[in-house]
Amino acid sequence: MRQRRRRRLGTAAVAALALCGLAGCGVSDPGPPTLTWYINPDSGGQEEIAARCTEAANGAYDITVSVLPRESSEQRQQLVRRLAAGDSSIDIMSLDPPYIPEFAQAGFLAPVPADVAAEASDGVVQSAIDGATWNGQLVSIPFWANTQLLWYKKSVAAAAGLDMSQPVTWDQLVAAAQEQDTQIAAQGRRAESLVVWLNALIESAGGQVIAQTADDPADIQLGLDTPASQRATDVMREVADSGVVGPAFTTAGEDESVASFEAGDASFMVNWPFVWPRAQEAAEGGTLDRAVVDDYGWAIYPQVDAGTPSAPPYGGINLGVGASSKYPDLAYQATSCITSDENQAYYFVSNGNPAASLAVFEDPEVVAEFPMAPVIAQSLQQAKPRPQTAYYSEVSGSLQRVYHPPTAVVPGVTGPTAAELIQAVLSGEELL
Amino acid sequence: MTTTAPPSTGSTTAEPARPPHTSDRVRAERRLGWMLAGPAFAVMLLVTAYPIAQAVYDSLFSYRLTDPGNRSFVGLNNYWVVLTDALWWQSFGVTAFITVVTVAVELVLGFALALVMLKALKGLRPILRAAILLPYAIITVVSAFAWQFAFDLTSGFVNSWFAWVPGISADTDWFGQTGTSLLVICLAEIWKTTPFISLLLLAGLAQVPDVLQEAAQVDGATWWQRMRKVTIPNMKAAIMVALLFRTLDAFRVFDSVFIMTAGANGTETVSFLAYRQTIARLEIGLGSAVSVLLFLSVVLIAFGFIKGFKVDLSQARGEK
Repeated sequence: MRQRRRRRLGTAAVAALALCGLAGCGVSDPGPPTLTWYINPDSGGQEEIAARCTEAANGAYDITVSVLPRESSEQRQQLVRRLAAGDSSIDIMSLDPPYIPEFAQAGFLAPVPADVAAEASDGVVQSAIDGATWNGQLVSIPFWANTQLLWYKKSVAAAAGLDMSQPVTWDQLVAAAQEQDTQIAAQGRRAESLVVWLNALIESAGGQVIAQTADDPADIQLGLDTPASQRATDVMREVADSGVVGPAFTTAGEDESVASFEAGDASFMVNWPFVWPRAQEAAEGGTLDRAVVDDYGWAIYPQVDAGTPSAPPYGGINLGVGASSKYPDLAYQATSCITSDENQAYYFVSNGNPAASLAVFEDPEVVAEFPMAPVIAQSLQQAKPRPQTAYYSEVSGSLQRVYHPPTAVVPGVTGPTAAELIQAVLSGEELL
Repeated sequence: MTTTAPPSTGSTTAEPARPPHTSDRVRAERRLGWMLAGPAFAVMLLVTAYPIAQAVYDSLFSYRLTDPGNRSFVGLNNYWVVLTDALWWQSFGVTAFITVVTVAVELVLGFALALVMLKALKGLRPILRAAILLPYAIITVVSAFAWQFAFDLTSGFVNSWFAWVPGISADTDWFGQTGTSLLVICLAEIWKTTPFISLLLLAGLAQVPDVLQEAAQVDGATWWQRMRKVTIPNMKAAIMVALLFRTLDAFRVFDSVFIMTAGANGTETVSFLAYRQTIARLEIGLGSAVSVLLFLSVVLIAFGFIKGFKVDLSQARGEK
């Protein structure tokens, strides 16, 4: 009898605890609102900035971070599904610029207040502002801005007689690599990195993948059958056929490229600035000879045609505020803190991700750590974003399908084929 | 000779006019049966039937996740788009190729391993079984990464180990062409799931009565004759189950392709196609149509196997 009573009491206690847990026991949380910032994986810089901004908020809000998958396409997939379901836990998110038009058009982003927009554009490189804008409105806040440089081995460039203080062309690079019996590392893999390269070639030749963007996919005008696009395909094929790309060229992404550059197989490479802190770290860790790192040189992205300034790839991360967030005003306050020059400089130095604010490139600590900072700043001002459209994923997927492998692209044929595929995919008539 | 009424086989046939009567015990057992199976049945409906019905429904619409306002009914148009697209048929062909090759190799290899496990010395048997089963314990994505790293040009060891084989050199890019990519994908699949098939076949082998084997041996049958006339016919059900499960599994191949080639060089499978339409393009309608077609293919395969093998699994329970 006593045992049964005890058991009953026990059951009641468990039930009460469970209810208490569900209802929070009616005790309201006295702490400040917590903003969740969905970040892309990095070396801990965004988490540190979140802690700094929580402290600076003086109790107005707390920021916690939640890490998204590594690939930007997977980050998009996770965010889209949550945002489409109206997930209110997404207060701030780190967004890859190509996907911003899609998020903005779907109404996933809370409108940027005018004062925040003015502050966010002040002193920021133009490519970052372009990448944060959709339909003439700033819809996200530039946080850090990335761009590709031409990395080269100083000894090889000197032996080939290249004057790297002046812009060089792809033709010159191919000739130099052939003469010096070395390789050029570019990203020929069927992935986003191939589109980055292709877009940079088309923009550098004076063309555009999307000549006229539009909200309705039927109204989007493509620029893939233009002479500029054909010229870009010429260069891609020339590099692929030159015999100066590695055997894994058609499966190589950024990491494979930098590995071959470090190993000495490639002496020229187009890649993001992460290669510099990576090389420094490897030299400090003893896995890379210091002499190899000392031989690193950097220059502005190669030109397609001599005399026409190149349009280097633009990347980076912008901050978006979720439309379903419970605290959009606080979230925008937080983005102002996160993107302060001080935090951008910290992020540049600690994680190797260049700032969107031009002033940061003059920070003595930044210049000491990144001697190529002025070249990055110049590159960012020349850089051009990838096609701005709410259907970027389809455009990129179609380009990857048609332009891969680069060893098989045919000038004058591949461009129009890609244009046809994109139109058919956008109108729902073909699979991708 | 006069005929008599057939002997009754049960109490119910003895008095056919009487209305069926269920005793309290039968009813209680039936209730208990429902109570035990009911939750599982409900869960199955929830996790299997509901998503399938939802996919069939969604496949009739033009529906993009980021543009729900423009959702419109298009009937069977999505199916028309899929079935008239060369990419679907190419993916279907690649999937069928991977399925046929891997299942055929796995069946032969799995059967050999099952025989080895059956005949192994008693002391050796647990270690041998563990060793053979180990690859199956590894998550498919992890196994796909392992194979990708092994064959990768920069991080892999295969090229340096097998440089003595004609056609393999330090510069062989396995994931650079369709043929070699499919070869590595098939090898990874075979390595990963042969243990599964061999385990099922081992269970079948263990069920073949020893008396039949001995009788055949006494009659002078050779090893091959015993295998053909005694062993294999007696384990038909086990072979059918092994082949059916593995074929269904192989037809849905996704992880290896996703990790190793991401669909490059014409290695895209039907599952990959469904993934791209639904997850990457967010075209829920079109993706659902691909998924429904994949589902129908799988149902057809299952139906074909059960009809083709003429095996009734309920016989095993003694119901017939």
